[in-house]
Amino acid sequence: MAKSMDQQHPVKAFGWAARDSSGHLSPYNFSRRSTGENDVAFKVLYCGVCHSDLHSIKNEWGGSTYPMVPGHEMVGVVTEVGSKVTKFNVGDRVGVGCMVWSCRSCDSCSSDLENYCLGMILTYNAKYHDGTITYGGYSNLMVADEHFIVSIPDNLPLERAGPLLCAGITVYSPLRYYGLDKPGLHVAVVGLGGLGHMAVKFAKAMGLKVTVISTSPNKKQEAIERLGADSFLVSRDQEQLRSAIGTMDGIIDTVSAAHHLPPLLGLLKTNGKLIVVGAPEKPFELPAFQLIYGRKLVGGSGIGGMKETQEMIDFASKHNITSEVEVIRMDYINTAMERLAKADVKYRFVIDIGNSLQTTE
Amino acid sequence: MAKAPAGQEFPRKVFGWAATDKSGILAPFHFSRRENGDEDVTVKIQYCGVCHSDLHMIKNDWGVANYPLVPGHEIVGVVTMIGCQVSEFKVGDRVGVGVIVDSCRSCESCHQDLENYCPQAVFTYNSFLLKDMSKTYGGYSDFIVVDQRFVVRFPDGLPPDAGAPLLCAGTTVYSSMKYYGVTEPGKHLGVCGLGGLGHIVVKMGKAFGLKVTVISSSPNKEAEAVERLGADSFLVSSDPAKIKAAFGTMDYIIDTVSAAHSLAPLTALLKVSGKIVILGLPDKPMELPFFPMVMGRKLIGGSNIGGMKETQEMLDFCAKHNITADIELIQMEEINTAMERLSKSDVKYRFVIDVGNSLKSGS
Repeated sequence: MAKSMDQQHPVKAFGWAARDSSGHLSPYNFSRRSTGENDVAFKVLYCGVCHSDLHSIKNEWGGSTYPMVPGHEMVGVVTEVGSKVTKFNVGDRVGVGCMVWSCRSCDSCSSDLENYCLGMILTYNAKYHDGTITYGGYSNLMVADEHFIVSIPDNLPLERAGPLLCAGITVYSPLRYYGLDKPGLHVAVVGLGGLGHMAVKFAKAMGLKVTVISTSPNKKQEAIERLGADSFLVSRDQEQLRSAIGTMDGIIDTVSAAHHLPPLLGLLKTNGKLIVVGAPEKPFELPAFQLIYGRKLVGGSGIGGMKETQEMIDFASKHNITSEVEVIRMDYINTAMERLAKADVKYRFVIDIGNSLQTTE
Repeated sequence: MAKAPAGQEFPRKVFGWAATDKSGILAPFHFSRRENGDEDVTVKIQYCGVCHSDLHMIKNDWGVANYPLVPGHEIVGVVTMIGCQVSEFKVGDRVGVGVIVDSCRSCESCHQDLENYCPQAVFTYNSFLLKDMSKTYGGYSDFIVVDQRFVVRFPDGLPPDAGAPLLCAGTTVYSSMKYYGVTEPGKHLGVCGLGGLGHIVVKMGKAFGLKVTVISSSPNKEAEAVERLGADSFLVSSDPAKIKAAFGTMDYIIDTVSAAHSLAPLTALLKVSGKIVILGLPDKPMELPFFPMVMGRKLIGGSNIGGMKETQEMLDFCAKHNITADIELIQMEEINTAMERLSKSDVKYRFVIDVGNSLKSGS
């Protein structure tokens, strides 16, 4: 009898999975591979709830296979290392983000951009190179190749470090790549959610002036007093937008709902850059003249390579940057997903796996 | 014969051809230009390129035409007079005048020699000078008076007729390539559209040592592109199989097409971290699917003509690499026919008016 998909590996594991596109999560027994010579195994203590998890469990992007154990912002403590592992030891604080494999030989991999490798394998809902399905961090135990493990410095509290592994790197990478990391530059952050709040923190730490642009006026106080933004614009207020025309060196657009580019392009100075990191489904309408008169650009960016992910974590450690989180118990996850769908969280749910994920066996 | 309206009289009589309404028909036109001021250079015009923008303007496609309109911003001529503060030029020098004749001189863009991005940039025609709000008239005329900052030395090694289009098409392409880094030998550049701008992209791309692929909807342009212009390969954009085979192969794409089109196929042709540079001005917004940009860290940026310093640098680069436009030289009185042909893209690849030999005042 062929092994069922969830018992293909020798090591018992336990987590919560979605069984279908309703997205409802419930306890799930499965298995993980034994620790290979290049692998690091760790006990998962916390896992961030990324909006992508919600999109995936509901099959909003298509391609979801069930049962699906989501979670790609996981942190914990090493329990076992393979014989060829050099960078980690048992007891180390580590994390795994969005990727668990890449081809390691293409141009992207050679430039430390595993995230753009065509053979890159996602932490969950993907087919691993041994043919099995990958399972993510809403689980008690994780095994991953050493190359895709990051070290979490001691001064970063584990319950607030997980979201750095996806939200953090997703905004850090483009701030660096597009040169929006120089002190004195003025950057706007559109959308104040998981990605947006991290962008504010990183940009401030880099010495930039930061304006938050949001549809919700009630986020203003938070943005300025708690996150350190310099100013706040309500995007539906035409007067406010008009007063900001031509004032920004860059814009980090984290909004994944459908929206228009032209008003944002108008806010840019000459040579300004609009960077989209949200994943809108519908194409944008782009008026060429707005890019031409003013030599402006629109660019995209998606997560980050392993080297820059570690660099980002070290930067966060140096500047004491972590995510603003609401820590939840595993069995709250379905309620959390409903609240996340309404953007009702400041600004990331993090599952306290270590203390609340109970095996049913 | 049309004369400039009263109130715009200047001391020096000029003759040119102007459009007087949105039919865009050009006809002989007498007007006047200012005295040669301390910082001015007077240029007797020998050649003037016919830029596609001239066609858009005379027909008021962009809604900003101020008739009578004397177009022309790809000017090459000879200096006949200089003001007492002019040090860079002397009488008899061959010079060029491009798209801009003034700017505020005090904004950040002007300080960076990027007069083309000055919010108060004054265009060579259909614009208004900052100091006295007088209207500007372009190069379809026998002479022009320009502030020295907006005049460039025209290299001896460049033919003045085939070199005239460099003053707009050349600087537009060169400036964009420098800014977006489309200059690394060995990289792969795709060029969309093979017209006035497109053919210059091919030539400059080859001069920078790039591999160049022309992307065009017309299969019959392949021989031209490869054999005459020196492109390395040719991709028919209306052939989905060929486009798919080229996915992920280009470091850059320069898009010169001014007809409305979707950017989706172009984003797919780019490699990771690839760049699309937009130079053409379609009148409708373009569709840009965002997922491929995010999944491949791709960008799309625009660029507009070039600053004065880099325009000079571009001309010197062209002289060094023997880059000129492929032109069809016409007489002034053939301009209306030329404009009709231009509207059908029936020119390889720029008309240039032999102003010096064919612009004759009737009176």
